[in-house]
Parts: sequence; C-alpha cells; structure tokens
Amino acid sequence: MRPVLAAVAGAVLVLAACGTGSESSDGSVTLIITSNAISGGKNAETADWTTRWVIPEFEKEQKAKGRQVHVLFQPSGVDDEQYKTKIALDLKSHAGADVIDVDGIWVGEFAQAGYIKPLSEVAGPEVDSWEGWNQIPKAVQGLGIFEDKKYGLPQGTDGRVLYFNKDLFKKAGLPADWQPTSWQEIIHAGNALKAAGVPVPIQLNAGTAMGEATTMQGALPLLAGAGAQIWADGKWTGGSQALKDVLGFYHQIYTTGLGDPKLQQEAQGRDKSFAQFAEGKIGILAEGDYFWRAVVEPKAGVAPMQNRDAAVGYALIPSERPGSGIRGQDFVSMSGGAVRVLNPNSKNPKLAWELLSFMHSAKATTSQLAGAARITSRTDVNDEVLGVDPMLKFVSDEVLPITAYRPPLAVYPEVSVALQEATAAVVSGKTVDEAAAAYQQKVESLVGGAANVAS
Amino acid sequence: MLPGLVLIGIFLIFPALWTIYLGLTDYRLTGLAAANPQVVGLDNYTTALGDDRFRNSLWLTVQYVLGSAVVGQAALGFAIAWMLRNRPGPVKRITEGLVLLAWILPSSVVAFLWIALLDRDEGTLNALLHTPGFAWLLDYPMLSIIVFNIWRGTAFSMMLYGAALENVPPSHLETARLAGASTFQQLRDVVFPRIKGHVLTNLLLISLWTFNDFTSFQLTAGGPEGRSEILPVYIYNVALSGGQLGFGAAISFLVLLINLVFAFIYLRLLRDRRKVVVP
Repeated sequence: MRPVLAAVAGAVLVLAACGTGSESSDGSVTLIITSNAISGGKNAETADWTTRWVIPEFEKEQKAKGRQVHVLFQPSGVDDEQYKTKIALDLKSHAGADVIDVDGIWVGEFAQAGYIKPLSEVAGPEVDSWEGWNQIPKAVQGLGIFEDKKYGLPQGTDGRVLYFNKDLFKKAGLPADWQPTSWQEIIHAGNALKAAGVPVPIQLNAGTAMGEATTMQGALPLLAGAGAQIWADGKWTGGSQALKDVLGFYHQIYTTGLGDPKLQQEAQGRDKSFAQFAEGKIGILAEGDYFWRAVVEPKAGVAPMQNRDAAVGYALIPSERPGSGIRGQDFVSMSGGAVRVLNPNSKNPKLAWELLSFMHSAKATTSQLAGAARITSRTDVNDEVLGVDPMLKFVSDEVLPITAYRPPLAVYPEVSVALQEATAAVVSGKTVDEAAAAYQQKVESLVGGAANVAS
Repeated sequence: MLPGLVLIGIFLIFPALWTIYLGLTDYRLTGLAAANPQVVGLDNYTTALGDDRFRNSLWLTVQYVLGSAVVGQAALGFAIAWMLRNRPGPVKRITEGLVLLAWILPSSVVAFLWIALLDRDEGTLNALLHTPGFAWLLDYPMLSIIVFNIWRGTAFSMMLYGAALENVPPSHLETARLAGASTFQQLRDVVFPRIKGHVLTNLLLISLWTFNDFTSFQLTAGGPEGRSEILPVYIYNVALSGGQLGFGAAISFLVLLINLVFAFIYLRLLRDRRKVVVP
C-alpha cells in the first residue's frame, strides 16, 4: 500500500509542478520572448522589431502549418545588472519566458547553475542541423558557447572605438580625422579640449555604478593596450604593471580635470554621459558601436543627435604606445555580444526552438536592420547591408580584426566587478598602488588563490 | 489556535530557519554554487564580522536610525503635534494633510520626486539655491537619505503624539501656566509623564521600521561607493546584485538578531511600565 501511496503522491507533485500549462482550451500555444528592450526606451529598435515583425510573421508562418501559436513580448528597460538578476531569479524558480535574451558573458555562470542547457538538449537534434550555423563565424558563435556546448544563438557582435565631437575638436584646433596612436595623445587632445572650454574633455567609464560598461569600455581595452588580457594561459591578470598603467591612465584623467569623477559615481551616470555627449559637453567618449546605432542615432536613439553623421567622429583605441598592445598591436578593441537562449523549462521546447531559429534566420536578421544597421552574427546578411553605414563598416573592417573577447568563464563577472572597484578607487582619489594591491587581493580570493593570478 | 500556529510555522519560523541554514552555505544566485551549494559553517559570519563594508554599513545604519527616526521623525512629529494642538480647524487639517501625504504616497513616486529635487544637473533644489551642479546625493548621501526619511515618516509620529496629547488634561497645563511654568517646564513636568508610554512605543516602532527600511535604495542605491549603504541595501547589493545568497542570508540573520534585541527591550520596558502603573 505504501509504495502505491508514494507513487500517487509523487504523480500529484509532478502534475502540480507542471502547473499552468500554456496549452489553452482551443489548442493554441503561447510562447514568450523577453529582452532588455522596451519600445520608446532602451534598445527600442529590438523591442519594435520583435512586436512588429517577429511576432506577426512567426504566427503567420505557424498558421500556415496549421498551428495556432500566440507569441508575447515581455519588455524591460533597466540596467543590465538588474535585468540579469531578474532573469536569474526567473530561471531559478523554473519560470520565465521561452526565449530569453542574455549577454554572452552570463552564459557560463547560468549554465553552471543549471539555469540554461545546451540548445540541442532542450530542443533536440534539429538544432545541430540548423542552416544558420554555417553563416556565423566561429568567433561569434563563441559568444553562446560554454565548455564546448552551444547554449545560445548570437545576435551579432560589436567593437569599441573612441568617439569624438568634431565641432568641439574644431574649436580646440584638433583635426576632424583624429586618430591617436598612444594614450599620451589622448591626454594631449583632452588638454586641448580643456583649454578650449569643453566642460568634460574625456569620458572614460569608471566605477561600479556603470557596471560592465566600465570594464568593457574602459578597463579591458586599456589593459589590452598595455599588452595584457584579463585571462590568458589559465591565469587572471592581477595587480601587474599593465594594470597599474591602466589605473595610472584613469588617475591622470580624473585628477587633472580631464574627466568628471562625479559622473562615474551617479546611479544614472552612463545615461547622463550619453545625454552630455549629445549636448556637446563631452569631447571624447569611449563606447561600443551600440553608441552609434542606438544612442546618438538621429531617429530612435536615447540621446539622438540630428547631425550625427557630420558631428560625430570615431577613431581606433590606441595601445599605450605603438606596438605595446596584445599580440604587439598598435590598436586594440574588445568585443562582446548578446545571445538568445531557450528556457529549459519551456513547455514547448521544439516550438520555442522554431521561434528562436526563426528570429535568427536571414530574413528576420535583414528585417531587423531596417530599423537600424548593426553588425549581425550572419555573414550573408552583413555582406549585404554593412555598406550602408560607414561607421559599422569601419567596425567590421578595421575593429573586428584586432579585437579580443572576454573569457567565457563563470567567475569572470566577479573579476569584472573587482576591476570596476579598482577604477572607482583611483577616481575617488586613492593611489594607483593602493588600488592595484586591493585588486590583487580581491582577485586572488575570487579565483582560488595566488596560483591562478599572474602579476 | 492550531491553524494560527501552523501559519506562523509556515510563514515565520520556517523562513527564519531556512535563512539560518542558507547562511551556513556558499549558496549563490548563479554559477556552480547555485546548483551545488556547500556547507561552509560559520565562514560567512566570520567574513562578515571582519569585513569593512559590513561594519561600515552597520555604522551607517546606526546613523540612519538615530538621525532620521529617533531625532528626526520623533522630534519633528512631536513638534508638529504640539504646535497644532490648539490651532483652528483648517490650519490643522491642511498641515496634517500635507504631512500625511508624504507618508501615504507610493515609495517609487516619492523617490522619483526626490531625485528630481536633488538632481545635480536639473534639480529643483539647485535651481532654488542657485547652486548649479551641486551633487547632493553624491557629496552628502547620508544626509540626503536621512532628511528624506524624516520627511517621509514624520506623519506617523505626528499622529501618535497628536492622539497622546489629547490625554493631557488642558486644566493641568492651564494650572502650570498660571503657576509661571515655562513651555519647557510644562513639557517636562506635565506633558511628558502623561505620554511616556506613547513615546516609548513610538521610538521603538520607528526604530525598527527605519532599521529595516529599503526606500533609500531608490535614491542612492547605497552609493556612491557604499557611502549610503545601510544594512537592508547592503544585503540586497550583496545577495541579489552580487549573487552571494548564502552570505546575504548570514547578514540577514545578524539583522534578525538585532531586531530581536530591539523587540526584547521593548517588551521589557512595557512590562516594567505596567508594574509601575498597577500599584
């Protein structure tokens, strides 16, 4: 009798765990897409593309196959760190959308926690036979790969450059085709801008309030320019000379009035820096191509500049000195990118995969570009469209060949926070040596001892 | 009785025990330790007690409770109640209405209003004081959230003292005044003995609330660089933003202990008062 009872109880529990099925009475199925994008706000073009193109087209395609499918979009428009917490909590409680947009660097820690599973494990063998894989370069596929397994489809990649305001440069007597070849030349330009009365000559993201934007736009490209990668040959970069050079550069900018230290501490500092650049108060700003296509973009940007094409210049990020960068490079960059993953708890994993692969098909990718050009993950689409936008062509042709990627390791986000704290310390007045020593100590505790840290 | 105990068990005792358990593990929001948390014993507690950020947060919380609750809300609430006690209807009602409004508005709305007030670039306060570019929330983060919380929470103290003052017979005050007592003497010798119990209840309640208050997160998020990171914000930053759920649970347990101490003192004082009053 007892085993029977246990079995019944077990069955009841399992049924209860299934909870509200998404199969409604008329046989229709509901799928949910979520992304840190919201119409009229953050990443508006992604949100609009999802609701205006993906959902109607996918529902139509499914209807043609005789299936009644409803797709909903769950928008969000918050800081990436907050979005990450929300997604992690969703997945942890076995809830959340079917198709989820995540940053490539979260894949490792989410996979280790068991929150996401390899695509083919969720949706079956059709994943491996998808036509799109042949169109996505290996380096870009890497954004969704953890321990040799594919967890997500990359949406594209990006590159980091130095943006500058050509009007302010003219006022300061600097060339419109400015291309610094060393950090010192950035400082020179900053001093010239300062002398010309520009309120904030240089905006180089720093501090913890900016989150990953500090690491990606500031610390990591500079580190690459000083010849070090944050993780190489199984070791993390500690408080080495390269790191001290990076912190020294921050120190130089933020203690000599070339940057605004307070802006780095404000809760909405990054958004404010965008607005200030658009208002012509910032001379030089380090950002990804996101800045060009979603921030100062004349129509849909969050800080639109009507005269963007004429007023905003861009240059490669120089190494500390010519040839001092990683692989002996004169110029450096960093790349990342978002991926879309399947929720392993999806009630309709096969259909969710159909939706996901539909969103990454050539025609979907092309339609997304109608809103705003960007470097997609698909070579076939890039070949067609990048000629339209010179900035994105510049990134594709000049930046991607010299770029580097962040390590796909679960502990990386914590090391990233340690880097942010080191920059925050320098900006708020600590010495470079103090900040580097505190960073070294923190990294050692994060990655399991001094043996895993190169100094 | 039994259903009550079951409810208490499910919603109070079980979560508390669960917090204690989590506090002994290295449980995280993501990564390997999310799938497979290991028991680490008292490591979280020793780390917390030796951590500058925790001790700093505790000290900031003490400042916050003393500054905004004990001194700010209680004193201001009493002052308003005292001044309004004999005022004509409309003045009293309008003032009370405004103070109450600060209390009943949703916290996200209030936080937005205060950000608009204190903002560095386009804040109302800077426009009024002609101090463009003054970063209140960055240069005086603790002062900002203390003033904010006084503004936000004074209504409760005001209402409680308003009701308490009605217990003071006007004839006693009149007699004292005729005998030549100053306002301070009236308060000390006539009013205070009558409302001692209310003062005690008020101070303990608002201290507990303020100790656990999270609203300031919406103003400063604990920043800049942790300079307004009171304990509830610290726990959120560590446990959810930082993903260290086990460590966060350990700190939560320490906070629970501190709250229990508050509650214990309160119960003791109440009991002592009854003993005094009964004979």
